[in-house]
Amino acid sequence: MATLAQRSPEVEAEEVNYLNVEHGWKSWLLTTDHKRIAVLYIISITLMFFVGGLMAVLFRINLLVPEGLFSAETYNRLFSMHGIIMVFFFLVPSIPATLANFLIPIMVGAKDLAFPRINLLSWYLYIAGALLAIYAVVRGGVDTGWTFYAPFSTTYSNSYVLAAAFGVFTAGFSSILTGLNFIVTVHKMRAPGMTWSRLPLFVWSNYATGLIQVLGTPVLAITLLLLAFERIAHVGIFDPNIGGDPILFQHLFWFYSHPAVYIMILPGMGVISEIVSCFSRKRIFGYNFVAFSSMAIAVLSFVVWGHHMFITGESMYTGLAFSILSFMVAVPSAIKVFNWTATMYKGSVSFDTPMLYAFGFIGLFTIGGLTGLHLATLGTDIATHGTYFVVAHFHYVMVGGMVMAFMGGMHFWWPKITGRMYPEAWSKFAALIVFIGFNLTFFPQFILGYLGMPRRYHAYPPEFQALNVLSSAGASILGIGYVIPMVYFIWSLKNGPRAGKNPWGAAGLEWQIQSPPTTFNFDETPVVTEEAYNYGPLEEIVG
Amino acid sequence: MDAATLGMWTFLITEVLFFGGMFASYAVYRNMYLDAFASTSQYMNVVLGGTNTAVLICSSLTMVLAVRAAQLSNRRHLILFLILTMIFGVAFLVIKGFEYHAKWVEGLVPGLHWSGYTEHPEFAYHAQILFFLYFCMTGMHALHMVVGIGLLTFLLVQAYRRVFNANYFAPVEMIGLYWHFVDIVWIFLFPLLYLIGHRR
Amino acid sequence: MTTHSHIPRVRTLVLVWLALICATGMTTGVSYVELGWMNIVVALLIAVVKASLVAWIFMGVRYTTSLTKLFVVAGLLWLGIMILLTFSDYHTRSWMYQPQPWSHGPGNGPATK
Repeated sequence: MATLAQRSPEVEAEEVNYLNVEHGWKSWLLTTDHKRIAVLYIISITLMFFVGGLMAVLFRINLLVPEGLFSAETYNRLFSMHGIIMVFFFLVPSIPATLANFLIPIMVGAKDLAFPRINLLSWYLYIAGALLAIYAVVRGGVDTGWTFYAPFSTTYSNSYVLAAAFGVFTAGFSSILTGLNFIVTVHKMRAPGMTWSRLPLFVWSNYATGLIQVLGTPVLAITLLLLAFERIAHVGIFDPNIGGDPILFQHLFWFYSHPAVYIMILPGMGVISEIVSCFSRKRIFGYNFVAFSSMAIAVLSFVVWGHHMFITGESMYTGLAFSILSFMVAVPSAIKVFNWTATMYKGSVSFDTPMLYAFGFIGLFTIGGLTGLHLATLGTDIATHGTYFVVAHFHYVMVGGMVMAFMGGMHFWWPKITGRMYPEAWSKFAALIVFIGFNLTFFPQFILGYLGMPRRYHAYPPEFQALNVLSSAGASILGIGYVIPMVYFIWSLKNGPRAGKNPWGAAGLEWQIQSPPTTFNFDETPVVTEEAYNYGPLEEIVG
Repeated sequence: MDAATLGMWTFLITEVLFFGGMFASYAVYRNMYLDAFASTSQYMNVVLGGTNTAVLICSSLTMVLAVRAAQLSNRRHLILFLILTMIFGVAFLVIKGFEYHAKWVEGLVPGLHWSGYTEHPEFAYHAQILFFLYFCMTGMHALHMVVGIGLLTFLLVQAYRRVFNANYFAPVEMIGLYWHFVDIVWIFLFPLLYLIGHRR
Repeated sequence: MTTHSHIPRVRTLVLVWLALICATGMTTGVSYVELGWMNIVVALLIAVVKASLVAWIFMGVRYTTSLTKLFVVAGLLWLGIMILLTFSDYHTRSWMYQPQPWSHGPGNGPATK
C-alpha cells in the first residue's frame, strides 16, 4: 500500500510556535489562543471519552450472561451515564471544539476566532459541566437514560438527576458559544480573496454545525430547566395527574436532541471531505453539492424530531409527517457519500492512516444511515423502536461514523498540531483493530434488535446470549483499538519524527504555515486566489 | 465591530429559542385548557402588568436615546439616559416584586404554596400549569432584566470614564440590542399572561 | 469601521414610543371586548406590530445588513417550526382514522381472503 507521508529534512526544531512561546499553567489556563484552547479540549474530551468508555466496558461485562451480573438499578445507571457522557461531553464538542477550533481560523486565513475570550469561556463551561457530570457519576449516577424522560426523571427516579441535568445544561452553553464563535468567524474574518466558494468543506460543515448549535441547544437548556423545576417543586408541567403532558417533554427534548445528532456527524463529514480529497490527490467532486448538503442537513435536521416518538404517544398523522421528512433528511447525507466516492474515482488513492479511517467512515456511516431509514419507516419502527436495532443504528453512525472521522482527523492534522508524526505501522494496526472490534461489537446488535431484544435491559432471554457475548468480545477489541493511539500519540510528542509544514502534500492554508503554527498563524495575511483542493499532478512535497 | 453586532444578534437568536420553549409549552397547554387558562385572568393584575409594559417601553426609548448620545459623543446625555434606563428597569423589577409577593400571599405559587385557587376549583389543576408558566416565563424574563441592569451598570462606569465616543460605542449598541430584546419578550408575555379572559 | 453610522432622529424615536404606548392601551382595551377566538388573534397581531417597531426602529434592523435581517428572520422561523410542528401533534391526536377502500386491517378486514 502506497503511503504519502514524507519526512521533513532535519531540525526546524527550535522555531517558536504556539506550544513553546510561553510556559506555565497561567499561559495555558488563561490563554486566548484558539490552538491552545483546542489542545485543552483535546485533553478534556479524551478523559471524558474514557470515563464513558469505562461505563460501556462494565455494562458489556454485565451482558455476558442472560441474567445479568449487576442489578437492574446499577445497569440503568451505567448505560445512562455512558450515554450522557458520550453524547454531551464527547461527541457534541468533539470535532468542533478540538479540530475546528484549531483549524477554522487558519483555514479562513485569520489570526484567531472572532471572540477568543468567549472561546476560553466555552472551555471553562465545558469543564464545569463535566465536573458536575463526574460528581453525578461518583455519587452513583443517573438512571433515566440520557433522554431524561418525564415523569420518571421528574418524579420517580432516586438518582442524581439534577446534577447530571445541570452538567448537561452547562455544557450546552459551552456548545452554544462555540457555534456562535464559528458562525461570526466564518462570516466576518475571512482573508481577502477567501470567498464562500473557496472555503474548505471542513469550514462549511462546521459552519452548518454552528447554526444547529445556536438554534437547537437553547431549547435543551429550557427543557432541562423545566425538568429541574418539576423535580424540585413538583409544579406539574409534565405531570399527568394534573393535566400535564409527558409527551411535551419529549417534543421539547427531541427538538434539540435530533439536530444534536447532526451536530455530532456534520463536522465528521467535513473531516472526511478533507481527507478524501488529499489522499485521492483530487479536488472534491461536486464541491457545491457537498457545501449545500451541509446546509440542507442543518435545516432539515430541525423538522424530523418526531421520529423518536412514533410509538410513545404522538398522533399518527404527525408521525406520518415526521416520517416523510426523515426520509428527506437522508438525501443530503447520501449526496455526500456519492461525492466522496466520485472523488476517489480516477484519483490517485493512497492508504495512509487517515484515509483508512475515511474508508471506514464511508462504509459504516452508509450502513448506519440506511438503517436509519428502516427506523424512519413507521411500520418497521413499531417492531424496532426501543430494541438493539436502534442501538446498533446510532452506534454505526456515531462510532463507525463520527469517532472514525475524529480519529482520522486527529491523525491527519496531528503533524500540524504537534509538529510530530506518529508511527505509521502502529496507526494502521490500530485502525484495523478499531474496524474489526467495532463491527464485532455492533453488527450482532442489529440482529439482536431485529430478533426483538429490547435495549436498556440488564437481563435477556438465554437464546440471545451468543450474540451478546460476540458483542462484548468485540467491545474489548474496540477498546484496545482506542487505547493504542493514546499510547503512540503521547509517545510521538517527544519521540516522533518532526513533521514539516506539509507532510501529506495537501492543499489548504493550514499546510502552508509551519508545524506547529505560531500563535498568530500567519506572518502576514494571506491573499487567496485559488479554489480549495487545487490538487495538480503529484508534485514535489515541500517539507 | 461588525463581528460584535453579528455576534450579539446570534446570541439573541439563542434567546428567542430559549424563551421559545416556554412559549411552545404555553401554546400547547392553552390550546388544551382554554377555559382553565381564561379563568386565571382575575388573579392577574392587569394594572400592574400594563404599567410594567409602559415602563419597559419607556426604558427602550431611553436606551435608544443613550445609544444615540454615544454616537454623537454626547457623554452627559449618554450618562443621563443610561441612568434613566436603569431606573425604569429597577421600577419594573419592584413592581414585579409586588406582584410576586401578592401571589405568594394568596397561595398561588405552584409547587411551593398552591392553595389559593378557590374561585374555580374545577380548573385548579390546569390553572396550576398556567401559573407555573407565569412564574417561569416572567421569572426568566426578570432574570434577564437583572443581567441587563448589571450590563447597564458596566456601561455607566465606562461612560463615566469617557470610554465612548462617536468612533467607539459598540458596547452601548450591543447592550442596547439586548435590552430591546428583553422588552420584546415582555411585549408578548403581557397579552398572553394577563389579558386572556377578563372580559367575563 | 461601523456599519451603523446612521443616527436616528429623536422625533422618529419619540413617535415610535408613542405608538407603542398607544398600542399597549389598545391591546388592553380590546381585551375587554368579547370577540371569541379573534381575541387572541388581535392580541398577538398587536404584539407583533409592537415587536416589529422595536426591532425595526429601536434595534435598527431597518439600517442593518441583509445578513442581520436574515438572521432575525431565521430565528423567528425556527421558533415557528418548533411551535407549529409540536402543535400538529396535539391538534391531530383527536383525528379519527377513517378506513379507505384501499386499506386493509381493522375496520376493513384482512388483505387476503
